[in-house]
Parts: sequence; C-alpha cells; structure tokens
Amino acid sequence: MTVTARASRARPPIQRWLVIWVLALAVVLVVFLLQERLPWAVNYPAEAVVPVADWVSALMGWIKSNLSWLTRSITAVLSVPLDFALNLLAKNFKFGHGADAFVLPRLSWVGVCAAAFLAGYSAGGRKLGMLVGGCFLYIALFGQWTSAMLTLALISIAVPFCILTGLFAGIWAWRKPRAERLVVSPALDLMQTIPTFAYLIPMLLLFGNSPVSAMIATAIFATPPMVRATMLGLSRVPLEIGEFSDMAGCTARQKLWRVLLPSARPTLMVGVNQVIMLALNMVIIASMIGAGGLGYDVLLALRALKVGEAMEAGLAIVALAIALDRLSQAIAHKQAKGNVHGSASPGFWRRYPNLTLAIVILVVTTLLGVFVPAFAAVPKAITFTTAPLWKAAVNWVTINFFDIIEAFRVALILNVLNPLRAFCEGFPWLGAVFLLGLAGYQLSGLRLAALVAGLTAFCAITGLWEKTMATVYLCGISAFIACLIGIPIGLAAARSDRFEKIVTPVIDTLQVLPSFCFIIPVVMLFRVGDVTAMIATVAFAVVPAIRYTNHGIRQVPPALIEAAKVSGCTPRQTFFRVQLALALPEIMLGVNQTILMALAMIIICAMVGTRDLGQEVFIALSKADSGRGIVAGLAIAFIGIVADRLFNAWTAKARARLG
Amino acid sequence: MTETMEQASNAMGKDPRPIKLACRNVWKLFGANAANFIRERDGKASTADIAAAGLVGAVRAVDLEIRQGEIFIIMGLSGSGKSTLVRCMSRLVEPTHGKVEFEGKDLLKISDAALIELRRHRMGMVFQNFALLPHLNVLDNIAFPLSIQGQDRSTREARAREVIELVGLRGREHFYPRELSGGQQQRVGIARSLATKPEIWFLDEPFSALDPLIRREMQDELMRLQTMLHKTIVFITHDFDEAIRLADRIAIMKDGEVIQIGTPEQLVVNPATDYVAEFTRDVDRAKVISARSLMRACDGAEHGGTVAPEAKIASFSASIVSAGKPFAVINGTGKPIGEVTPQAVIDLLAGIERAGA
Repeated sequence: MTVTARASRARPPIQRWLVIWVLALAVVLVVFLLQERLPWAVNYPAEAVVPVADWVSALMGWIKSNLSWLTRSITAVLSVPLDFALNLLAKNFKFGHGADAFVLPRLSWVGVCAAAFLAGYSAGGRKLGMLVGGCFLYIALFGQWTSAMLTLALISIAVPFCILTGLFAGIWAWRKPRAERLVVSPALDLMQTIPTFAYLIPMLLLFGNSPVSAMIATAIFATPPMVRATMLGLSRVPLEIGEFSDMAGCTARQKLWRVLLPSARPTLMVGVNQVIMLALNMVIIASMIGAGGLGYDVLLALRALKVGEAMEAGLAIVALAIALDRLSQAIAHKQAKGNVHGSASPGFWRRYPNLTLAIVILVVTTLLGVFVPAFAAVPKAITFTTAPLWKAAVNWVTINFFDIIEAFRVALILNVLNPLRAFCEGFPWLGAVFLLGLAGYQLSGLRLAALVAGLTAFCAITGLWEKTMATVYLCGISAFIACLIGIPIGLAAARSDRFEKIVTPVIDTLQVLPSFCFIIPVVMLFRVGDVTAMIATVAFAVVPAIRYTNHGIRQVPPALIEAAKVSGCTPRQTFFRVQLALALPEIMLGVNQTILMALAMIIICAMVGTRDLGQEVFIALSKADSGRGIVAGLAIAFIGIVADRLFNAWTAKARARLG
Repeated sequence: MTETMEQASNAMGKDPRPIKLACRNVWKLFGANAANFIRERDGKASTADIAAAGLVGAVRAVDLEIRQGEIFIIMGLSGSGKSTLVRCMSRLVEPTHGKVEFEGKDLLKISDAALIELRRHRMGMVFQNFALLPHLNVLDNIAFPLSIQGQDRSTREARAREVIELVGLRGREHFYPRELSGGQQQRVGIARSLATKPEIWFLDEPFSALDPLIRREMQDELMRLQTMLHKTIVFITHDFDEAIRLADRIAIMKDGEVIQIGTPEQLVVNPATDYVAEFTRDVDRAKVISARSLMRACDGAEHGGTVAPEAKIASFSASIVSAGKPFAVINGTGKPIGEVTPQAVIDLLAGIERAGA
C-alpha cells in the first residue's frame, strides 16, 4: 500500500502531462470535426485579417518618398569603394567619355591567379596554394572570370564593412549586458531567421536595382556571426588576462585593443570566416536585385532552363566558395612561430616576401595586359566549356531513366507529399496556437508559451495560415528525411575513425556551398516542383544532423564508457544506454539546426515553383511589393523562432537533467 | 581573535622596517546592498548577520600590515577568500568596506588616473595561470607593461632583455607562450611583472599550476631573486609547506577571516586555533623551530657546543645528539642566555610533547 502510494506520488508530473496532452489533442480533433459549426477556428476568417502588409507598405512608401535624400547619399557614399573594387577586379577604369576616354585596365587574370596561389602558400603551405590558385585558374579557364570577379568585388567591399560593424556592435553588447539581452540578441535572432529573399525587397525599394542595394543586403545578412563571435571571444578571454592588463596599468582603451581583442583572435577569426561564407551566399542570391556576377548567370540560365550553363556557373561558385573558405580558415588557424635567432627584419620586403611578390606580379601582369591582350582577358582559345557535356548527360539520363525517375517522383507526390500537405493545410489554426503554447508552457513556462502562441497567431491573423502550413509541411518532411539520413551517418562516423575521415571533408564542402548550388543538379533530374525542393533541401540540411550527432557521441567522457564496460555492459548496451543517452541533447541541437537550415533552403526553393511563404516573398520581390514580402518574411522567421525556442527549451531541460 | 592580533603586533613591534601596505578592517561582501549593510553596522557583522541578510562574505574584517622587504604569505584553502583579499589590496576587486593603505595613503580614495599610475610603476603581479598574451612573443610580452606606458621600442626592449637575463630565459626571446613549458611560461610572467621595477609584488599562487619538481625549483628561484631585489612580496598559496619555505610571516585565512598572523615558528609553536594546528601538524618541526623556543635556563651542566637563538633545530640536531651534552644558546654579545638539551631535541624529532613546553 505504502509502496504504491509513494510510487504514484513520484509519478504524477509525467502522468499529469500525459493526460493533459491527450485531452488537448482530443479538443483539437473535436474542433477539426466540427469545422462546419466552427469554421473560424479552422480557417482564419478572411474579413478579420489584420492588414499588416498594407501598413508596412505604407511605411515603406513614406520612407521612400521622405527619406530619399538619405538613401541617395548612402548610395553615393557606398558606390565609391564599390565602383573602385568592381573596376579593379572586373571592369576597367575609364576616365573621360566616348572614344578618347583613357582606360586603365583591370587586374590581369594571370596576376590574380598568382596572387591567389601566393596567399594560399603563405597561409597554409604549397598544398593550399595549389588549391586556391587552382580554383581561380579553374574559374578563368571555364570562362567565368568576369562574373566571378564581379562577385568577388562585392564580397571584398561587403566583408570589411561587416567585420567592422560586427566588431563594434559586439564590443558594445559585451560591455552592456542589458543592451545585449534587450536589443542585440533579439535583433541577431531576427536577422538570421528572416529569409534572405525578404532582405532584398526593402533594399530594392530604397536603393533600387543596383550593386549597392545588393551590397547593403549582403552586409546586413552577413554581420550577425561577427557580432556573436566578438561577444563570445571577449567573454572567453581568461579572467586573469583582464586582471593582468589592469595591473599593468592599461587604460580602458589599451585594455580592449591591445589585450582583450588580440587574445580573442582565434574566435574572432572564426567569425570572419563565417562572414565571408555568408557574404558569398548572399551575394549570389542578391543577384536578383542587381548584384550581377555568378549568381545572375545561374539565375538567367535556370529561368531559361539551360541546365548546362547553370551547372557551369554553379561550379564556378563552388570553386570560389572552396577557395575563400580554405584560405580564410588557414589564416584563422595560422599561428606565428617563434625562432631562436629571430629579429624583426627591417624592410617591408623582408617581412612580407609573399605580399610583396604578389603586388609585383599583379602590377607587372596588368601592365603587360596593356600590350598583350592575353594578359588582360582570358583568351577564348584556352577556355573550355562543359555546358554541352552537362546537357548531353542530362539528356541521356532523361531518355534512359525517365520512367524510373518519373515513377519515383509521382509516387512520392501521391503517397507522401500530397496527403501530408492536405493534413497540414487543413490543420485548425486555433488548435496549432493552443498545442504549441501548451508545449512551450510544459518546456519552459508562461513566457515561452506566450511567445510561441503569439508568433503562431501572427501567421494566422495576417491571413497567411495556409501558406505557413505549406511551408511547415515541406520544411518538416525535408528536415525529417535529413535527420533520417544524417543521424545514422553521424552515428557511424562516431564509431569508426576511418568513416569519419571520409565523411568530414564531404560535409565541410557541403557546408560552404551557397544554397543556390543545391538546386541546379536536382532541377536537371526532377524539373520543378515540391520533389525538387525537398531533395535540394535534404542535401542542404543534412550537414548539422551528421556533425552534431558525431560530435555528441564522441564527446561522451571516456571514463563513463569505461565505467559502463566495467559494470558489465555489452557493447550494445554501452552504446544505447550510455553514449546515445548522454549525446541526446547534442543530437537534438543538430536536429534544431537541421530544421532551421531546411527552412532557409525551402524559401530559396521558391525559384523551383513551390507554393508556400517563399513563393509569396518571391512574388512580392518581382512586384517590389514590400508589405507583402516583409510580412511573409516575418512569418517565415517566426516559424524558425518557434521551432528554435521549443527545441532549445527541451535541450536545456535535458541538459539540466543530465547535469 | 584579539589575542592573535596582539601576538602579531608584538612580533612587529620590534620590526624597524616601515609599513608598506596595510589593510584596516577590510570587507568584501557579495550581494544586494552589501555596502549599506556593513556601513550601518559600523564595520562589524557576525557570520549569522551576513547569512541572514542573504550576503556572501568573501573577505571579513581583515586587519594586517605588511612591512617593506618582507615576504608576507596569505595561506588558505580554496574558497577561503585569499585571492579576493589580494585583489582588494591591488583594487582589482573593490572592497565593500575598510581601508587599504599604501605607504599610509588610502588606496580606495585615489583617482582612477592615480591608480593607473601606481600600478604602472609601483605594483607588479604574477598570476596562477600565467596570463601571458598569446599573440606576443616572450620579448614583447615582457616589454608590454613598458610599452603601454609609452616607452619607445629600444628602451623597453633593453629593459626586457635585462629581466630575461635575470630569470634565465636568454635564447627564448622570440618564442611564443604556447611554445614554452609551464615553468618557462611562469618565468616569463615573473620577468614581465619585474620589468617595471615594482616596489610591491603580488604573487597569486604562482607555482600552483606547476608540477612538484618544477615548483621547488621555482621556489628556489624566487628566493634567489628576493636576495637580489628585496621587494615587498605578498604571496598567495594553498600549500603550507610552500608557505613555510618562503615566508617571513604567514596569515592563515578561513571563511574570509584571517585567523592567525605570525612567523612559521609562531604558527607551529603557538597555533591560535585547532584549524591552524591541523595545518602545522605534519610540518617538519625541526626545520621551523629555533633554538630560542626550545631553550631552558642553564642549570650548570657542562655544554657540548654553542648555537645562535635563531638557529633551527635541524641545523644542529645531529651534532647535539652525538655530543650527548646540552648546547649553550648564545646571543650576539656572546653571553649564554639559556641551553638546549639533547633530550629536548630528541623529543622534538620524535614528536613527543613535553609538559609545559
């Protein structure tokens, strides 16, 4: 009697939640079944839609008409360095007009390739030099030079801007914890969850269809990791180092710039690497609002369904991405080496031999370009094109495997995608608000519940419920499949070092590729539609599932595994009861990241004809309808924030339980 | 508590050296409204009061005086408040209440600019985990405190090379901290703190992160440097053996309070509380106790030799036991002031407590 009494006293919290969940689901089911009587609870009534989109449009219109002096002066200021970079790398400097204009040539492609090799060589040795130089040479030989240099010019101006802004914002947030909590942190969350497309619309409206607006959009999108890296880096500097600087008599400024920031350099450099990669990703997408460059080539080719050309430009993006990533990572990890005899040699040439050499080569080859055309532009004779090859390959696949692919596609649509979509789109909005709020309450408390329910309700009351659920369905199924593939791969990698050695470079490469690149090969095989979107999204979002699972399993302390073995666990028991159990929070973090990445990708897949919020933004972009685009963008961001907060709350709870 | 203070001040009464640094009723309390709490109580509060107010007392009612040129060791287990106390002395941590006097001037009242000036020229500090700047090589690390004062490169590097020579790191000038062993890194830390020629030198558990052999070597190194430099040293440690090896005087801390201040010998012979006695129990007493503590009045027996009153028992135990006769204790003028018997030495070595010792 007493035993059962004690047991039931210990169990209630879980049992109570079980009962509550069963009741809640029953209520939602009843609401769904009674949709004849309660139509307003299932489909949000059209007459009650809050016209947030109109308000935003009105606001943007006001800004456009009243603040044009501001936007124009910003454009004027920013176009100076931007034009310089564009002229230097891609176009030519022209002074004067017409036939008698004096033309100063752009940097010679030979020189840039050599400089790329030298940069790689000085940062990471001969191997890296070959890789980076090879990537640039590839771009040149495959006829993508001018486009790639346009893209690079935009990045080279946007990145320093992001780094400086991010650094100062990060320092400010680090100094003022209140500002961090109330302003910086929420702003960063929003900046990173709003889909890239949604940035473009206000930029298009305010700054027009130009490289400047593309650059501003890029800067906004790529700054958050630098802010975070700065805050993290500064807070990780050992306390004693800060105390040392005080004891040495540093002023506040000396302490920050000469002690704390240099000590935080490794973390800051990780931020720089992320800024570069995000900027590349965004510059590609911003080709829709006039960035030009490689992204624009892909876009044009995709619109015309020229798969060969799209693939070529896509591969050039890949080459550029790999070169920039490996180079910036090598610089981040490079540590100065001490030497016994070392003394700072006096001359610039002696101190920076590679840099001097690169400058000399650039100047010489560029000057040569004035006389020898082969140095100025890549000669047609030595370029290749693989477009016909890709086209032939696709044709061959479609001719020979059309039936199989088509059968697979149709089966997937009919049996999986369509029923799921119908279920999601028919889900009562009130029920979703209620259930998500309940989950938030169980995981964290009233504040999370209110946040989650509020954000969900926003999607409904702005009249976007059906499109929101279409996004949730496509994102959900893609993330689910990505986890289904990624977690087992991660588990396998964690158990075998050899397998991990194979997997790591693959996921490293997948991670640096701009999202655009994933669409191209899939479109070739599956044409446009939900299936293409799903497959591209799975490929894009699988990385964090693999990475976090592997890391989670591997970080289980060896002492615990030994303890399990000593207490007589079989390998199977050790794996399931100890390693997996302890790695679960980390794995769930990976799932969370997978969902967020899937969401970002699904939106981009609007280009291949999905019918969700992404399409809403895409249409708004083509119509320059800022209200519609921003509201849809916010709805997407809110989906991401709801998923992220719920998962984080769950993980925090699980972590607290594991101690 | 008052008794130990008296004992400490008695011991210092004879000390002619000026007071370099003094703490007068220094408190550090953590929690809301801690400053008001202690001011309202006029600088006095019991453990129960502090707990009732929801505060945490890291340093409580500390009074101590450090003389110029002495090695003053603050000893305590982790969490006893010793690190917080030394940070109160250098104002890295702002004390909640009390006075910290540097040459009689209250440190807590001086301006920020004056504090920076003071730290730049007159204070030096060595840290437990070295706190070297990872992006600078040995030479630049050591020259760093000079560089922020605005000294030009050649002046500061010349000075840095001097201290590098002093700590025996020649040939390593262009290595980076991560390329050095722990002991070498701490030599850099020591050299860096000496580069500015400070008058008072704070060492916060400087050897705790090193393994025992290196630790001993570094202790010898510190003694060597001190015989050349005569700094006023405040040394933090949790290792009582280290404290005894190095200290002129030791302050023992527990729960934020200083429970006894004295020379190693005073602590061993006259522990103020059981807690102190617990620390001193395993100490090799013959190395700490001097002839003065063990002597008794001469009873006319024949003497087998003479010793100075300050001589440690260990330095003559072998000869007195083999001589089998008492040794006379002789002061500076050569007059015997008492004698030490072989039996007393044997008792001490064997750990037998004599009644009325």
